[in-house]
Amino acid sequence: MIRVDEKGFYGKFGGAYIPEMLHPNIDELKENYEQIMASDEFQVEFRSLLKDFVGRPTPLYFASRLSEKYGVKIYLKREDLCHTGAHKVNNTVGQIIMAKKLGKKRIIAETGAGQHGVATATVCALMGMECTVYMGALDIQRQRPNVERMKILGAKVVPATSGSQTLKDATNEAMRQWINNPVDTHYIIGSVVGPHPYPEMVARFQSVISEEIKWQLKEKEGTENPDLVIACVGGGSNAAGAFFHYYNTPEVRLIAAEAAGLGISSGKSAATTALGTPGILHGSKTLLMQTEDGQVVEPHSISAGLDYPGIGPVHAHLFDTGRGEFVAVEDEDAMKAGIELSRLEGIIPAIETAHAIHALTMIEYKKDDIIVINLSGRGDKDLDTYIKWGGY
Amino acid sequence: MNRIDQLFEKKKDRVLSIYFTAGFPKLEDTLPIMEAIEEAGADIIEIGVPYSDPIADGPTIQDSNMIALNNGMSLKKLFEQLKDMRKTVSIPVVLMGYLNPIIQYGMENFCKKCQEIGVDGLILPDLPMQQYLDEYKAVFDQFELRNTFLISPQTSEKRIREIDEHSNGFIYMVSAHSITGARSGISDEQIAYFERVKAMQLKNPRLIGFGISDSQTFSTASTYSNGAIIGSAFIKTIKESKDLKVDIKTYISSVIQ
Ligand SMILES: Cc1ncc(COP(=O)(O)O)c(C=O)c1O
Repeated sequence: MIRVDEKGFYGKFGGAYIPEMLHPNIDELKENYEQIMASDEFQVEFRSLLKDFVGRPTPLYFASRLSEKYGVKIYLKREDLCHTGAHKVNNTVGQIIMAKKLGKKRIIAETGAGQHGVATATVCALMGMECTVYMGALDIQRQRPNVERMKILGAKVVPATSGSQTLKDATNEAMRQWINNPVDTHYIIGSVVGPHPYPEMVARFQSVISEEIKWQLKEKEGTENPDLVIACVGGGSNAAGAFFHYYNTPEVRLIAAEAAGLGISSGKSAATTALGTPGILHGSKTLLMQTEDGQVVEPHSISAGLDYPGIGPVHAHLFDTGRGEFVAVEDEDAMKAGIELSRLEGIIPAIETAHAIHALTMIEYKKDDIIVINLSGRGDKDLDTYIKWGGY
Repeated sequence: MNRIDQLFEKKKDRVLSIYFTAGFPKLEDTLPIMEAIEEAGADIIEIGVPYSDPIADGPTIQDSNMIALNNGMSLKKLFEQLKDMRKTVSIPVVLMGYLNPIIQYGMENFCKKCQEIGVDGLILPDLPMQQYLDEYKAVFDQFELRNTFLISPQTSEKRIREIDEHSNGFIYMVSAHSITGARSGISDEQIAYFERVKAMQLKNPRLIGFGISDSQTFSTASTYSNGAIIGSAFIKTIKESKDLKVDIKTYISSVIQ
C-alpha cells in the first residue's frame, strides 16, 4: 500500500524535520487540514472553482498521430488547458481556500518555472489576499514572462540570491519568511515536497487529475486503468496527481521522467533518483542530490520546473519499493520531444512536460498498450528557451 | 561531570555563549577563534557546522556558511581541527548544525567523535523532538551529550513543558519569531514573552538568542534568563577583522563589561 502514515512517512521517507519556530504553523495545518478538506463547505467551494475558474475537467485527448508513431494508444491528460497553463493551479485553489479557513491574511510561495508563482498570484487576486513570491534570481531571468504575469496579478516577486539561485533557494527563502511571519501568513508550497502534511495535502489536491482520468478512460476505452501513466517529476506534484488513484493498482505501471540535464554523469543534472541518496531537504527525508559530506548539490535542468535536487517523499518511496519506474531525460532529448509533440499534435508543451513525452522512447511497452501521458503544462512560458535552443 | 552542567551550577546569571561558523573567515581560524573567545571571558562556545541550505538563518550566517564551505570545511575537517582542542580550551563546547550533514556522517559516529574530542552538547535546529526521542536520544545519552531544543514566542506552554522535560544542558530561547540576524533593541512584546517563560520556572537553564548584539541587549536578556547567545553580531565582527585575537577581545569585553 502506498499511503502516508500517522507520522507523515511514506515508508522510510517523509516526516517533518523543521526548526521549532515552524512547529506551530505546521502543527496547525496538520491538525486541521484533513477535517477542513473533508467538510462539505470546502468541497463545494473547491469543486466549483475547479470547474468554473480552472476549467475542469480537462480533456483526456486521444493523440492519434503520436499513437501511430509509437504503435500504442496514447492519451494526453490536458493539464496544459488549465487556467494559467499548468496543473499547478489545482493545488493553489485548494490551498487558498485552506488558508482562508485557517484565518490567514497573507500568502507566500516559492516558484521555479514561475508556473506555481503565477498560479498562486492568480488565486490571491481571486481572493483578495496579499501575495509574495520568492523566486531564484537565475529563474527570474529565464522565466521573464511569468515574472511579469505575477506582477500584473498584483504579487510581489522577491529574488532569492543565495546558492544556485533556483528553486531550492527560493524554497529556503520562503521557509525563512514563514518563520518571520508565523501568525497571519500561509505558505503555499508548490509541489509534493516540504514537511508533513504538505506532501500529502498537495497530492490530494492534485489527485483530481487521476480521478478524472479514471472516468474519462472508462468512457473512451471501457476501462478505468491504462497500462501505463507517464509524468515528469520535479518535486513531483503533477506525477503524484496522475498516479494517486493508481498507487494501489499494481497492473497500472507508473513512469516518472526526471531531468538528466546534460547527462546523468555530466555533473549538470537533476536526476534525483539516479544520483541521490537519502537525506533531509526542506523538512522531509527523501532522496536528495548531495555530496559525501551532506551538502546539497546544485542541480541543472534546461527546465526551471525540474531544476530541483530532491523529490517528494512519496516518489522516493515509489522508487525505493519499485512501484514507480524512473527514467532520466536529457535536455536535448526533451527539447526535441517538445518539437515532436508540437508537429504531431499541434500542442507546444512546457519543457518540463516534454521530458514525459521523451520517456516514451526509453521504456518498454506492448503494442496496443494504453498509455496516459500527463501533459502538465503548455509551452508559452518557455518560448525564450525554445528560441535560444533553436533546433526546429 | 558534563561541562555545561558544571557551568550552570556555578554561574546562574549573565552566561554568555558565542556562536561562530567553523572554517570562517578562513579555514584554519576555527581553533584560534575558540581560544580567543575563552580568553575574552565568554562562557560557552557554539560552533556552527556549515550547511548549504540553512533555513533558520538570516543573510549574515548564510553568508558565513557559504564562505566556510567554499573554504573546504566539512565535519571530517572540523573533527580534525578540534582533535586536541581540550589542550587549550576548557569552557563548554556545543556543536550546532543542521541534520543532513550529520546523518551522512552517521549519527552514532558523530556522537562518539564528539565525546572523544570533548564536545559537551548539541543543538540541531531541524531535529524535531519526536524524532529525537524515537531515534537519537539513546545515542546522545550514551556519549553524554547534552541536547538543547529551541523555543520561540509561538511555542505553546504545553510544548515548552514537554521540551523542558526532554532537554538537558540548557534551553535555547529564540528571542522573536524570526530567523537569525541582528535587530535593533528588544521590544515590549519580546519582554512579555521572556517574562512569561521565566514565570514557568523550568528545570533547565535558559539562554536567549537571535538578535542579541551588544551590552544592552545582553543585559536585558540576562535579566529574564540565565544569559544570552550572540551569533550574527559576532560573525560580523570577525568577518571584518584584521586581528582576530584583539578584535574578539574588544568585542566580547564590550558586551560583558
Ligand atoms: C508545466 C510543469 N510541469 C511540471 C512541473 C514540475 O513540478 P511537479 O513535479 O511538482 O509537477 C512544473 C513546475 O514548475 C511545471 O511548470
